[in-house]
Amino acid sequence: MIAFVVRRVLASIGVMIAVGLIAFAMFRYVGDPINQMVGVETSVAERAQLREELGLNDPAIVQALRFLARAARFDFGVSYQFKQPVADLIGARMPATLELAFVASILSLAAGIPMGVYSALHRDSALSRLFQALSLIGISLPTFLTGILLITLFSVVLGWLPSFGRGDVVRLGPWWTTGFLTVSGLKSLVMPATTLALFQMTLIMRLVRAEMLEVLRADYIRFARARGLSESAIHFRHALKNTLVPVITIVGLQLGSIVAFSIITETVFAWPGMGQLFLQSIQNVDIPIMAAYLLFIAFMFVTINLVVDILYVSVDPRLRASLHGMHG
Amino acid sequence: MSAALLSVRDLRVEFATRQGPLIALDGVSFDIAPGEVLGVVGESGAGKTLTGLAIIGLLDPPSRIAGGEIRLDGERIDNLSPARMRVLRGRRIGMIFQDPLTSLNPLLRIGDQLTETILTHLSLTRRQARERAIAWLGEVGIPSPAKRIDGYPHEFSGGMRQRVVIALALCAEPALIIADEPTTALDVSVQAQIIAVLKKVTRVHGAAVMLITHDMGVIAEMADRVAVMYAGRIVEIGAIGDVARRPLHPYAMGLMAAIPTLEARAGRLAQIPGTMPRLSAIPRGCAFSPRCPRVFGRCEAERPPLIAVGERRAACWLYDAQAAPAAARAENSR
Repeated sequence: MIAFVVRRVLASIGVMIAVGLIAFAMFRYVGDPINQMVGVETSVAERAQLREELGLNDPAIVQALRFLARAARFDFGVSYQFKQPVADLIGARMPATLELAFVASILSLAAGIPMGVYSALHRDSALSRLFQALSLIGISLPTFLTGILLITLFSVVLGWLPSFGRGDVVRLGPWWTTGFLTVSGLKSLVMPATTLALFQMTLIMRLVRAEMLEVLRADYIRFARARGLSESAIHFRHALKNTLVPVITIVGLQLGSIVAFSIITETVFAWPGMGQLFLQSIQNVDIPIMAAYLLFIAFMFVTINLVVDILYVSVDPRLRASLHGMHG
Repeated sequence: MSAALLSVRDLRVEFATRQGPLIALDGVSFDIAPGEVLGVVGESGAGKTLTGLAIIGLLDPPSRIAGGEIRLDGERIDNLSPARMRVLRGRRIGMIFQDPLTSLNPLLRIGDQLTETILTHLSLTRRQARERAIAWLGEVGIPSPAKRIDGYPHEFSGGMRQRVVIALALCAEPALIIADEPTTALDVSVQAQIIAVLKKVTRVHGAAVMLITHDMGVIAEMADRVAVMYAGRIVEIGAIGDVARRPLHPYAMGLMAAIPTLEARAGRLAQIPGTMPRLSAIPRGCAFSPRCPRVFGRCEAERPPLIAVGERRAACWLYDAQAAPAAARAENSR
C-alpha cells in the first residue's frame, strides 16, 4: 500500500513538472512581459535593465528551472496588474472558491446519491419520474441561466437572499477567511452553491441510478435474495457498495471541475473567488496569475486523482490483493 | 409419500409479452419428501430453473406464476406476501446458483456474508453467529476455516467458492435446497468433490434437495428420484434406477441413449432429431410429438397427462392402455 502511494505521488510530481513547463512556456510566448509591466514612457535602456534584472536574458532552460524551483516554494512572482505577489492574491481568493466548491460538492452528493438510489429502486414511481425530469433540466440548463433565474426569484422578487458577494466573513488565522460563521455569509452561499451543485447533482444521480440498476441484476444480488436477506441489507450493504467504484471516479473528477470551472458561477454572483481573479488576469494578460492558476488547478486534479486511487483500493479488496502481488 | 415436504400442483408460469402471455411452465406437478433428493433434468429452456425460481419466489418480471399451487409442509407459499416469502427464503428453502464466481459479493468478506445470513434468520449473538459460520466453513471442507473466514471471495478458487456458496445456502438450515446446476461452471475434477460435499451436508442436516442439472452423471450420483422436463412440462418422473435404466417416455429414452459411456465409445453418440419447440409454438397435443419416433394420431390431437406406470409416471399416450384407469385416477388425485 505504501509503495503504491509512493509510486502514485512520484507520478503526480512528474505531472506537476510537465504542467509547470507548460505554464513557463506561457511567459515566453504570450507577449513580452516587460511591455506589460512598464509604461509607454519607459526608455529602452530602462527596459533592458529590467530585462536583465528579471533574468529574462538567461537561456530558456535556466529560466525554466528557476521558474519551477520558485513555483515549488509557491513563489509565482509579482502580478503585472496588481503589483502584488501572486501567491498572496491567490491565497486571499482561494477560501472563497474552496468554500463554495465544498458546499456545492456536499450538496450534490447529499442529494444526488439518495435520489439515484431511490430512482433505481422505485423505477416506476411518480417521484422517480419527477427526479428523471428534473435531472434532464439540470443537465441541459446552462449554469449562468440557473444563476440568473435564482437571483430573479430569491433576490429580486422575494428578496430573501443576497444576489452578489460573500456577505460578512470572519478571518481565521493569517490565510483563511470564512463565510460559514456569519448569517449573511451563509445566506450568500445558498444560491451560488445551488447553482454550482445542480449539474453535478443530476450527473451523480443519473450515474448512481444506472450503476445501481446494473448491480441489482448481478448474480450475487439474486443469491442474497435467495438467502432471505432484508431489502435494506441487499440495497445498501450489497448493491450500493458495488456501485461506488465508478461513482468515486466521476465524482472525484467532477469535484475538481467544480473548483476549476466555477468561473461562470462566480461571475454571475460576483463571488470574490479565484475564478474572478483568473478572468481579470486574462483580460489584462497577467501571465503570472494565469500560470499560477494553471498550476493550482493541475495540482488539485492530481491530488484528487491520487485520493480517488487510494479510495478505490479501500473500497475494492480485489485491488488491494493485486497490490500485494497476490493472485487475484 | 403422504407427508410431502414440497408439493407442487399444476404449476403454470407465464411470460407477459406484447403478443400476449407465453406459457413457460404448464401443469408441472411433483412432490419432494423430507430429506429426499429429486433430480430435474432436461435440455436448456425446458423450464428447470424457472421451476426452482417459482418455488423460491424469485421469478423476475415479466415471468409470473399464473396458476397451480406450491405447498411447503402443507402451507401454501405461492401466494405469500413478499415480506413473508422473504422470511421463508434462506430459512426454509435455500437456493444455490450455477456460477460460484459471481454468486458471492466481491466486496464483502465471506465471513460477513455468512454471519449476515445467519443473523437474519436465527436469534444469535454476533459472536455465536461467527462461530457457527466457522463451523459451516469447516463442514463444507474449507481448510483452516477460522483463518479463511476473513478472506474475500477473490482469494478462493472456484471450487472453494462453490463450497462457500453451499455453506451460505445451508447456514440457516433450510429443509429444502434448490441446487441449480451447482457444478456446471466448475472443472470436471472439482465437480465430483462439490457433489460429494453437497450430498454429505444435506444428508447430515436432513435437507431435501431439488437438483437441477443436465448432467445425468450428477443425477445418478446423488438423486433418489428424477423428473425429466421437456418444453415446460414434466414428461416422466420416477425412481432414478428405473428412469435411467428403463425410461418410459420416448424423450427420456432419447436422453438416456445420448449419454456417452466408456464401453460404447465407438461410433457416433445417439441424438434426438430436431429441436425443442419455442414457447410461442408448442404443439397442441404432446409437445414432443414432432420429434417422437413413436408418434401416433392421438399425440398430435390431445395432450397426455402424467400416467402412472407402476411406481412412476410418464406423460405419454403409449401407456394409457396399460395403466388401470382407476389406479391412474387415484395416483393423480392423491
